[in-house]
Amino acid sequence: MAWQQPMDGSHASGSKVAAADGPGTQRTQYPYVTGTSVIALKYKDGVIMACDTGASYGSTLRYKSVERIKAVGKHSLIGASGEFSDFQEILRYLDELTLSDHMWDDGNSLGPKEVHSYLTRVMYNRRNKFDPLWNSLVLGGVKKGPKGEEKYLGMVNMIGTHFEENHIATGFGNHLAIPILRAEWCEDMTFEEAVKLVEKCLLVLLYRDRSSINKFQIAKITTEGATIYPPYSLKTHWGFAAFENPSKGAVGSW
Amino acid sequence: MSSIGTGYDLSVTTFSPDGRVFQVEYAGKAVDNSGTVVGIKCKDGIVLGVEKLVTSKMILKGSNRRVHSVHRNTGLAVAGLAADGRQIVARAKSEAANYEKVYGEPMPVKELADRVASYVHLCTLYWWLRPFGCGVILGGYDRDGPQLYMIEPSGLSYKYFGAALGKGRQAAKTEIEKLKLSELTCREGIVEVAKIIYGVHDEAKDKAFELELSWVCDESNRQHEKVPDDLVEQAKAAAQAALEEMDAD
Repeated sequence: MAWQQPMDGSHASGSKVAAADGPGTQRTQYPYVTGTSVIALKYKDGVIMACDTGASYGSTLRYKSVERIKAVGKHSLIGASGEFSDFQEILRYLDELTLSDHMWDDGNSLGPKEVHSYLTRVMYNRRNKFDPLWNSLVLGGVKKGPKGEEKYLGMVNMIGTHFEENHIATGFGNHLAIPILRAEWCEDMTFEEAVKLVEKCLLVLLYRDRSSINKFQIAKITTEGATIYPPYSLKTHWGFAAFENPSKGAVGSW
Repeated sequence: MSSIGTGYDLSVTTFSPDGRVFQVEYAGKAVDNSGTVVGIKCKDGIVLGVEKLVTSKMILKGSNRRVHSVHRNTGLAVAGLAADGRQIVARAKSEAANYEKVYGEPMPVKELADRVASYVHLCTLYWWLRPFGCGVILGGYDRDGPQLYMIEPSGLSYKYFGAALGKGRQAAKTEIEKLKLSELTCREGIVEVAKIIYGVHDEAKDKAFELELSWVCDESNRQHEKVPDDLVEQAKAAAQAALEEMDAD
């Protein structure tokens, strides 16, 4: 992966920012414990989000029961891929944010659009200090707006790029899941249809993304609130003729 | 009854010959002249109630909050100068948020009461600051159960079963003492607090008032929140009925 420093020292060793830290100090260069893709899409009742429960330590699939989707306030879900400790820090910021929002006790509460906007500011400002939070965040939710219940789904990544869409995927999902979502997503899918579509994407990622594991969590956010379902596994199929008797055509001892 | 502190009351850093700090006592007078604030500790939580005197017909109902949440599980009711109260609330919120950030768990009520008391006391130590013109009743629910503290402008802080501040505090305290708090649930407690506040409200001197009730109890999931409207209405109705009964005698 292109996270390591290029060996030829072609760019001056990372970002030695003299100003805030003092000369010769460095900031976050590469992530250590990372989560892989998150997929999300809008459906009839709200937004559905899914990811696996794994966190890798480089090429080791080190942690296998990690929850990478969390509820934020009453109206939103956040899913993250990338450095898990940065996600934990972001959750702490969001906790402070939702607490002070709650204490106003004025009948209003932060909706998904507001939370997404807040996160965008945080991510972009950190990037400008050369000290990014190494994540791709997916923010989905439902909140009453001027036109009734409005579904919202957006993402923001470590360099501050952010946008809103009907379906989002991070990491490998960008390459493997987005084409499927573009072809098969439609407006107002039922929950069952949405789950089927999400599972189709998750299965492709399971087969092709080496950092994914066969343990997934689906979460949904509707006007009733957030529900994060318990983890479960998908059935995989390995009974291909080419896999049977793998050493059949092998020559010699190798 | 009130002694004039001639000469010894000009600064908060001056003692009188009989060992009193008059400026702090005068700050207490600001609290004594405000609308009544009542707090009680029931067996399953805390109830806080405020008699919000409405000074003008133009004021929107529900504005001018006197009971504030300072954390998920703790509330603060303010008596006295409202603007001074806001400073104390802001400080309490900041202390509670900081504690949770450092220690990873909600701030224990005892600790928060201590910090608030220290802060209030701080402003009685320097001549360039004036004491807060408000007293607060702090109620919260943590691992040690529900707890109620009252902090006075002097910085004095005690833990209470029941506490009252403001105009009707004497009458309110008498009423609270009659209650069997250890057997009362918060649902029943709300009604009792409403009755007390309606009871001590002086119809002659102050016309209109709004009742603000909040609680933190098992029923509210140990979260501090405004008492749900339907329960407030029930409590008000019961309080008014009790008043009429008293008048009928």
